[in-house]
Amino acid sequence: MSAVRFDRVSKSFGARRVLDDISFEIPNGQAFCLLGRSGTGKSVALRHIIGLVKADSGRVLVEDNDITTLSRRQLADIRMHMGVLFQNAALFDSMSVGDNVAFPMHRHTDWSDAEIRERAMTKLSDVGLEEDFDTMPADLSGGMKKRAGLARALALDPSILLVDEPSAGLDPVTSREIDELLVKTKQRGTTLVVVTHNIPSARAIGDRFAVLDQGRMLASGTIEALDASEESLVQAFMRAQGGG
Amino acid sequence: MPQSALVDRVGARALGVFELAGAIATFGAHAVVEAARPPYDLREIIRHAYQFGYRSTPLILTAGVAVGVVLSMHTRASLERFGAEAMIPAGLAIALIRETGPLITGLLVAGRVGAGIGAEIGAMKVTEQIDALEANAVDAFKYLAVTRIIALMIAMPLLTIMMDFSGIVGGYVAETAASGMSWRLYFERAFNYITYSDLILATLKTVVFGYLIAVVSSYLGFATSRGTEGVGEASTRSVVMASVLIILSDVILVKLIFFFYPVVSG
Repeated sequence: MSAVRFDRVSKSFGARRVLDDISFEIPNGQAFCLLGRSGTGKSVALRHIIGLVKADSGRVLVEDNDITTLSRRQLADIRMHMGVLFQNAALFDSMSVGDNVAFPMHRHTDWSDAEIRERAMTKLSDVGLEEDFDTMPADLSGGMKKRAGLARALALDPSILLVDEPSAGLDPVTSREIDELLVKTKQRGTTLVVVTHNIPSARAIGDRFAVLDQGRMLASGTIEALDASEESLVQAFMRAQGGG
Repeated sequence: MPQSALVDRVGARALGVFELAGAIATFGAHAVVEAARPPYDLREIIRHAYQFGYRSTPLILTAGVAVGVVLSMHTRASLERFGAEAMIPAGLAIALIRETGPLITGLLVAGRVGAGIGAEIGAMKVTEQIDALEANAVDAFKYLAVTRIIALMIAMPLLTIMMDFSGIVGGYVAETAASGMSWRLYFERAFNYITYSDLILATLKTVVFGYLIAVVSSYLGFATSRGTEGVGEASTRSVVMASVLIILSDVILVKLIFFFYPVVSG
């Protein structure tokens, strides 16, 4: 069973075709990195996996469930197996960091308040934010927000973790810390789908890769396959980012 | 052709208004359906009811006293001409309980709470927090909109009663300053002409006001785009649209009350 499969997915917004006949498959437990310049449809592809965007044509399968055909309730059941780290973390700014992490637990488990607090503290400790349980998101730095967002995304130990631009807006050191957390998450058996334009970050995290450009998939495979690609845009992208 | 361009523009604007009205009506109807379906977010409803109700209390009480004082002064100025000063407490109580209290409460809450709902949900929309809710398998519409709508429908009648009470107190302060009338006499005269149906129907009317304020501002919050500028616009439009809808719905509700309970119109 594959964790995620795109089967000839196309999507347009008005006259603009954002995804054009995209297909790929992500085996369980692997890290798949979707690469490409800004505005090439990477984040839209990620939003298809969560079910926030519906494909115009084609199928999106998550753990063999075609989420394009699911009811709202069935989709919610699938979403409970997924964690999402948004580009700007998207922490709920009316709640403390700890409450953000505890939120999915409160919503979807019957654990006691004390147990939820303890588990949320453990998740925050995993990302090095155990001191910030009661801190409000507005008081965190960009990197800390990302880590808090990651703790929330991992709150229910999802089998699939979706990550949108993990290193965007971060300094290289913080970016590397986030990468290391993602690698640790993968080592625990979680499937990762990472959208990024940062090649060093992708090299550190990914097992398989795909490069999107103007909604089309230019290349896919291992990092060696991408480095060896004869597609000029892929070459330019990999080299411009310090790869290869 | 300038004339046809003008017609086109007016037509497009009219279509836009109808489209918006249809979208808000659908949003409101969807909220009613979802409110009946489990799970019920009681914790969120109570939290919002506290925010909307308890935190609006100082504003409502202050405004109520001021309105009571002003109404009392105007009523006195009018009734003095006819030598009917004894009717001042009753006139003020009738005006306040039947109409002024509910309407002013509605407008104040539209300003304070409606703007807040529009801005808060709008900010959540542009910062992907609504997407984050959905990604966490939470129905964002139900969690953000339905809970606020129910909470405001609960808070509005309570705030209206506070407005009525503080208005009567304000009226008493003004009246006792002008004529030295005792509290007991003032109270007796004020409630001589007020029936339970006056109080109950006029106060229940504000449940509809609460529904309209929360539906409009939640809808505009969810429809927010264009970043912080959009958030500001959602907030402002929430107040304007909710205020207009309160006044328009008040006309219809008063007509309905008079139709179904003719005794109230007496």
